[in-house]
Amino acid sequence: MTGLTRRRALMTLPIAGAGLAGFGCWKMLSAMQDGSFDPRAIRLDKNERPIPDFVLPGIPGLGDGFDTSMLRQATQPVLINFFASWCIPCVAEMAALRVISQRIALWGIAYKDKPDDARRFVSRDGSPYRRTALDQSGMTAIDWGVSGVPESFLVLPGGQIAWHGTAALDETQFEQHVLPIAAGTR
Amino acid sequence: MKRLVLLSVLMLTVGIGVLPAYGLDSPSEMLPNPVQEKRAAAIGAQLRCLVCQNESIEDSSAALARDLRHVVRQHVASGESDQQIMVWMTQRYGEFIRLQPRLSLSTLLLWAMPVVAVLIGIMLAVMMLRRPNRTEPLSRDEAERLGVLLREGESRK
Repeated sequence: MTGLTRRRALMTLPIAGAGLAGFGCWKMLSAMQDGSFDPRAIRLDKNERPIPDFVLPGIPGLGDGFDTSMLRQATQPVLINFFASWCIPCVAEMAALRVISQRIALWGIAYKDKPDDARRFVSRDGSPYRRTALDQSGMTAIDWGVSGVPESFLVLPGGQIAWHGTAALDETQFEQHVLPIAAGTR
Repeated sequence: MKRLVLLSVLMLTVGIGVLPAYGLDSPSEMLPNPVQEKRAAAIGAQLRCLVCQNESIEDSSAALARDLRHVVRQHVASGESDQQIMVWMTQRYGEFIRLQPRLSLSTLLLWAMPVVAVLIGIMLAVMMLRRPNRTEPLSRDEAERLGVLLREGESRK
């Protein structure tokens, strides 16, 4: 009798193990389905970090560029948007950026773009950016942690990055993720 | 003439075979100092290309990977340690950029898995080997019946 109960107890071990593994898989797959878990997403462990040191020239015809100290001295939160004229999601993002730019200071950095292409792209349907700069080598973007345009960063006064979005922004995302952080500092 | 062409083709292919199979787009990317170049390549092999995701930046030909290779080489040339460069990358792109994740609470299971698997295997093997032989000796009745059956079989032949 004791042998039998012991055997039963031992049998439950692999079943429990398989059940646990199955539950884990189901949890992961359902999170992937509803979008709360993306295995390809670049996950930063701590979002809050200072902006990197950079000096960028302006896009010719669109005024001067900007640098770290200008961003640090901004009195209000600034949304930095990396874009490129050759990037199709950036074209699609433009309409949302125009709406967003009415609610927050939006500064744009053209990533690996030809100056003329960048100027045409920004000014074609009215620029959403208060300031623009040109990162032709793409080295400043790497210093920020950009892996592919479009990407956006919320920079708080003093120069802390409080939020990093690695996809095209839309109004819902802006209201859900960016605006609460930006409003908290006002 | 023909032999000369054949020989040169052979030498070229052998030459290509000897080169390391890295995704460097041009030799101009490489550092002039071979020791530093080797170090940069080893660091690059530890960094995930964020575009292709399952390739290292050393293997990938994506534009971002090329830029990251350049950054790694800049840092190596300026005399930074491997550790410093990995930290620089992790601060910008998160733990995700490390192809070999560090041991932490969230990666503990991953790192412990080989040991756990071996331990489970040993446990199972020990259990199998120590299982007692439970066949009891035949009782007198059973022995008698077996004897009868065996004799029946004999006589049928």
